[in-house]
This record gives sequence, C-alpha cells and structure tokens, in this order.
Amino acid sequence: MGFKDLLSNIRLSWGVHPEGHKDLTSECGISDMPMSERLVLPLAQHIGAPGRVAVAPGERVLRGQVLATASGVVSAPLHAPASGRILDIGDYPVPHPSGLTAPAIVLEPDGRDDSVEFTGCADPLALPPEDIARRVAAAGVVGLGGATFPAAVKLGLGKRNPIHTLLLNGGECEPYLTCDDRIMRERAPQVVEGARLMARALGASQIVIGIENNKPTAIAAIQLASVAFPEVTVRALPARYPMGSEKQLVEFLTGVEVPAGGLSAEIGVVVHNVGTAAAISQALRSGEPLTERVVTVSGSGIARPANLRIAIGTPVSDVIAYCGGLKPGVARLVMGGPMMGMILPGDTVPIVKGSSGILALTADEIPAGDPSACIRCASCVDVCPIGLMPMEMAARIRAGKADTAVDIGLKDCIGCGTCAYTCPAHIPLSHYFSYAKGSLAAGERSRLKNEAVKKLTTARTERLEREAQEKAEAAARRKAEREAAKKKAAEQAAREAAAGSEGVPA
Amino acid sequence: MMAATHSPHAHGGKSIRGVMTAVMLALTPVTLWGFYLFGWTAVWIWTLTVSSALLFELVCLNLARRGGPASLLDGSAALAGWLLALTLPPWAPWWIAVLGSFIAIAIAKHAYGGLGQNPFNPAMVARVALLVSFPLEMTQWVSPTPLFSGTGLGPIDALEHVLFGEAIPDALTSATLLGHVKAEASRGLDLLASVPALGPGLADGIGRHAGSLGETGTWLILAGGLFLLFRGIISWHIPLAVLTGLAVPAAIGHAIDPAHHLSALHHLTAGAALLGAFFIATDLVTSPATAPGRLVYGLGIGLLTWTIRSFAGFPEGFAFAVLLMNACVPVIDRFTRPRIYGHGAAQRSAA
Repeated sequence: MGFKDLLSNIRLSWGVHPEGHKDLTSECGISDMPMSERLVLPLAQHIGAPGRVAVAPGERVLRGQVLATASGVVSAPLHAPASGRILDIGDYPVPHPSGLTAPAIVLEPDGRDDSVEFTGCADPLALPPEDIARRVAAAGVVGLGGATFPAAVKLGLGKRNPIHTLLLNGGECEPYLTCDDRIMRERAPQVVEGARLMARALGASQIVIGIENNKPTAIAAIQLASVAFPEVTVRALPARYPMGSEKQLVEFLTGVEVPAGGLSAEIGVVVHNVGTAAAISQALRSGEPLTERVVTVSGSGIARPANLRIAIGTPVSDVIAYCGGLKPGVARLVMGGPMMGMILPGDTVPIVKGSSGILALTADEIPAGDPSACIRCASCVDVCPIGLMPMEMAARIRAGKADTAVDIGLKDCIGCGTCAYTCPAHIPLSHYFSYAKGSLAAGERSRLKNEAVKKLTTARTERLEREAQEKAEAAARRKAEREAAKKKAAEQAAREAAAGSEGVPA
Repeated sequence: MMAATHSPHAHGGKSIRGVMTAVMLALTPVTLWGFYLFGWTAVWIWTLTVSSALLFELVCLNLARRGGPASLLDGSAALAGWLLALTLPPWAPWWIAVLGSFIAIAIAKHAYGGLGQNPFNPAMVARVALLVSFPLEMTQWVSPTPLFSGTGLGPIDALEHVLFGEAIPDALTSATLLGHVKAEASRGLDLLASVPALGPGLADGIGRHAGSLGETGTWLILAGGLFLLFRGIISWHIPLAVLTGLAVPAAIGHAIDPAHHLSALHHLTAGAALLGAFFIATDLVTSPATAPGRLVYGLGIGLLTWTIRSFAGFPEGFAFAVLLMNACVPVIDRFTRPRIYGHGAAQRSAA
C-alpha cells in the first residue's frame, strides 16, 4: 500500500464499519458438501431472461447436461449438477423476499455421477478472445459476487467500448462472508488465471485486483500468484462498507467515476468478482459448466459455521442440517450478506448461483427497535457513498411523491443499505428506496403499456375511419359509375330513339 | 410494508435515545458546576424546567396520539428542558421555568408536528419568548453563591424563593459582562471605562461571575463539546463556524475601535457563545444536513450574534441568531446538496 492509497483512504468520507463477524468462518477451509437427495433449480438464477427448459419430467439427465438454454441476449444456461431423473418442472419456492414461487426444474440425483463428455482446454489462454466469451457463456457462469449478471455478456462489452482495465473485486465488504477470502487463499492461481482470461476476452491491457486490507493472507496469496504477470497489480482496499460496490471500487482504484446511469465500460473499465474469475478458469480448463459454488454458512445461529462448495439447487435446509442445524434463538435466515442480502421466507428454498452466504442470525445480531421519527441528524447523508440525501428521499416517498425523489437521485441509489444501517431512528430507508424504485418501474411499464394500447387504438380508429372513407368513396364511385352508365344508357336509348324516329320514313 | 424484513439485517447501534443521552452526559459537568456556583435555586429551577418539559411532552404525545411512553423516554424533551434551564437566570421564579417548558415543548415542538418536525430550536424559542415577554425576570442576575459557602440559600429557603418569588437580596444582584457594558454604554461610558470596573476573572474560564445557570463554566462546556465531537454525535463544522463567525468580526472591531467593541476573547467566553456553539446550534433537528451547509449556518449564527451584541438593543443575541439561521436551513440545505456520484463535473482523469 503506497502513499496514494493512504491519501485516498483519508479522503474517503462515506461508508460505515460494520462489525465483521468474519472470524466465525475465515479459518474454515472450503470443503465439499455431499449431494442432496433432491435439487431444485430455478430457471431464473441470473439477471436477464429466464432459461428455456430443455428437458422433460421423467427424463434421465447426465451431470453437466443442459437443463435450460439461454433465452435472449442477456441470459444464461442451466446445467445438471448431478446425473439423475427430472422429477418435476413447475413452480417452487425460490430465494425471493416475497416468498413467491417461480418456475424450477426438480432433479433427483441417482448417485452414479455419470457425466456428459466435457471438452476442456489445457491452455485456455491460447484461445481466441471470442472463443473465451463463447465458452464462458456455454458454461452458464454468472457474476458470483451476488449480482448474477451473465459473465459472458460483460466480457462482450469490449466490442462496444475499448476496455483498458479489468478490475477484480476481492473487497468482500459484507460482514460474515468469507467465501471470496477463502477462494483467494486456496485458489489464487485460478483467480489470477481467470482474470487473465477475462482480460484477454475484453482486450484489457491491465488487471487490478482490489482486496480489503482485512484479508492480508488473501492479498499475499494473490500477490504470489500474480508475481509472474506484469499486467496484474494487487491493491489493498481500506476495509469499509460498501467498498465492494462496483462504483466505489472503480472510483477508488482508477480515480474516475462511472457516469450516472451508465456502465463502467464507458470509461474503459469492467469489474468482475474474484469468485467469478476462479469459476471461469475452472470452466475453461475442465470444460465443466458452473453447477456448484462456494457458500459461507455463518451467523451466531449456526451450530458449525463453514465455507462449503455446494451444488446449485441444494435446499437450504440440507445445508443447515449439514452444518449441525440451528441453535436456539435464530430470528432470521438471510441469503447473501447482512447488508444487502435477502431474508429467506423459509429453508425450503435452494442455493442458487448468486448465493454467497446463508446466515442464521439471532435476535442480538439483527436490528432491534421500531422506526421512529426522523430527527434530521443527517447520519445517512454523511455515510451515503453516492452523495444522496436519504432522509429527504424517504420523506418524499412517504409523501407519495416517488417521482420527485428521482429528482434528488433515487435512481442513483445503489441499495447498499448504509443509510438504514446508521439511522438512529431505525427508519427502513433501503426499504423505502426499493419500494419506490419498484413502483416507479411498474409505473413505467404500465405507462409503456398504456402508450402501446393507445397507439394501437388510435391506429385502429384511423384504420376504421380510413376504411369507412374508402368504402364511402368506393360507393360514391360506384354510384357515379352507375349513374354515368345509366345516363349513358339513357343517352343511348334517346339516340336510338332519335335514330329510330329518324329512320321512320316521313 | 413489513419494515423489518428488508436488508440491511444489521444495525450500527445508534439510537435517538443514545444520541440524547450522550448530549445530556456532556452537559452534566457544567450543570453540576452551575448548581455549585448558584446554589439551591439553580437546582430547583433546573428540576422544574426538566420535569415540566417531560410533563408537557407526555400531555402533547397523548393529545396528538404520537406514541406513548417510549417516545417520552427518547430523551428529546428532557434535553430541550435541560438546555432551556441552562440559559435561564439561576434565581428565576418557578413560572418562568414552567412557562418556558410549555413554549418549548407544546408550541415550538409539538405544534409543528413533534420530534424532528420543528424548524426552530425549541429551547431558543422559549428563551426568546420569555426574554421579550418578561425582560425583568429574565435579566435578574446574581453573583455566584456557591453551595456550602454559607452565602446562598438553603434548599428549603431556595424552594420558597423559587415558588413565591421573593425579591432577590440587593447584595446578591450583579450584572453579566454583556449586560453591564450595554447598560454603561447607554450612560455614555465606553468599554475602556466599563470593562475594567468588572474586575478580573470574567474570562478566566471558571465562571465565577453572574450569568445563566449553565453558561459560565467555559472549560466544562468545552470539555463536554469535545466529548460530543469525539463520540461522533456532532460534527466540528457548526461549533467551529459559530466561534469563527463570532471571533473574527469581534477581533476586527476590537482592533479598530477598542472603546466600543469587546475583544474576541470576551465575546467567546461571555454569554451563551460557547454553550450555544457546542450544544444549541448543533441541535440536529434544526441545523443543516451537509458539511458545507453547517459551515454557512454556523458562520451566520456567529456573525449575527456579534452584530446583535454590538449594535442592537439586547445585550445578548445568541438565541435570536440561532432562530434567524434556523429559518434559513431549508434554503441552505437546498443549495448545499452533495454532488451525486457520476453526475456533474467531477469526472477526474484516470490516476
């Protein structure tokens, strides 16, 4: 860490220092969890269009077989984590705070572990850039930091914007989570190779790996693994939440801000998570698709906290049981980190590609206290990493004026929860913002729909009018023709009559 | 909307009650010192102000159905009463304390919608209303009569004084620095003559001179203020800006015309300047939300205080200055919004 880092650290005024709780699992090496008896694989485990089902109930599938294909530009395929039989395709509880169900494929592993033939690559770095992106897409790799954006789509950004830098996010600023820390410590060469593969696909000439300074072992491991590659630099990040947010990371490591409403690619930077990098390296080398991920199972309510490599689709209940079950007094199950993770409606939901953590939190770990009036202390303003005034946005949303909250930055909110974390009045600020963003999006959808309906209606009216007019015109024309014909006939008759009379001899 | 089910599933532990408690803790030393200096009447005035503030809070909460005892115990009403008490003359009659609490809690706070909704600092609204309505009672100062020194009243006599409003013995009445120089100036005596007449010890920071209950113990106020700064309850912007806004014009004025302008040190240590800079101007509800806004607000308070003290009819102008700047807070907030990430001209070139 150089003088520049020190300076930028002093300059940082945003953010909070939540209690880490990382020591619960930071020394727990990654171990494999046994295969469950039943896997539930939702079709939508990524941002974008859900996959299109490619198997039928009752069908036997092999490990690595495509269960659902990508449908659209932003989408990702889904593969079987084990060989077995498709039990059902239908609606099942998925990790979503609403507790609603969503389409999923249910697979019963048969324990034989028969797999499809994988076409790996001994030297993936020799592959042409397009080939790397294509293989990443085929492997169904998505952003494993939690955002679950299809990784290959992000690798294609180099085609539209010249990318000079790939940033690898090893911040892991969420409390409790240590899965990225463990991946960096145990699989550093894979992380670095994955980063170099991505940089090659993007055409980026330099790679910066940012790791929070509370993970010295990970920093040392990545430094060691990247020592032979001059294009790779490792930078220590100040431990501060939300350092691992893409916008904060980009600004801290490059000094440039991502333009509002835009992508970091517009300033020549693409950000990927360290876990994604490791997964890409593995997928390209072995040819095996993404069917498992490392999950931190933690919280005071878990009997044996752990970092586990878990098959996608494994029910959370199985994970908890494998970790010794819940201790008494668990108040909340969370998927992801405590700052941005979602509350789980129950333990029947499966592990998905974006599940970085399963947390069983006891009452003294979660916020206590009912919301009370805002005392305008502006703590939220002081900590907001984006420079928003959360208290004012919340006041406007409460008054039913979400559209005016947009004027003061609602759409710039990254939903990091720092404001709600610090609020002494326990006002659920993040909840207000999610709600308002959702209702605005719904409003926008219905506005577009109304516009489309209106356009169709207008077109129909116009068409009917036009047809009526055409009919009238045709009728008039026919009438005129008829009349003309009649007139002609009459004239003819008259002429004939005249001719007849003329022909009559006098 | 189920408030508790959205992320974050962690909380930093700050609470309104914690904030209010920290401020009260910071006020405790100077308050105890005020009790010691001004004796049992001060104890009774403080007790009456705080307890009546709590009573009015309870009544208003019930009338407005704004939540029950939980809201009462958030500490905001007790703190408003406490701050008001510290700005009252230590030998004031009981009804000054009770009426002041009524104005602070019922009018300045709850009439506007309760906690967080009031645009004006409740304690300062009450103080100004009392000062304008009852100038005599609000400017009857006494020399310190420390407890156990035999010079003041015992607890029972003091209570009788507070409740039945007997006249203050002439031997005890005294003037504050600001009141004294204003009165002398009206008689044509300039500062060169009036200030030395008060003798030394006015600016010694210990506060053995006439003044409001809690405004004379300079060092203890400073200690309390620093405690709040280090606990992160208040930011440095407002206190520093208030003191700068007061000291700079005072120093300039004094340098130009020492006969008519008190020195910066006198301005900073006299009256409510320090108590106000750390404990009153920093009131969360009625001050701006951003650092630049807080600087503007603080400078305005300091400058207005100096202006009122130097040129207006009242000897002390801090409360007026706070209320005037309170009125500007919405405008200040509007023009000092932080720049939003990714917007505007801050696209710095790559490092």
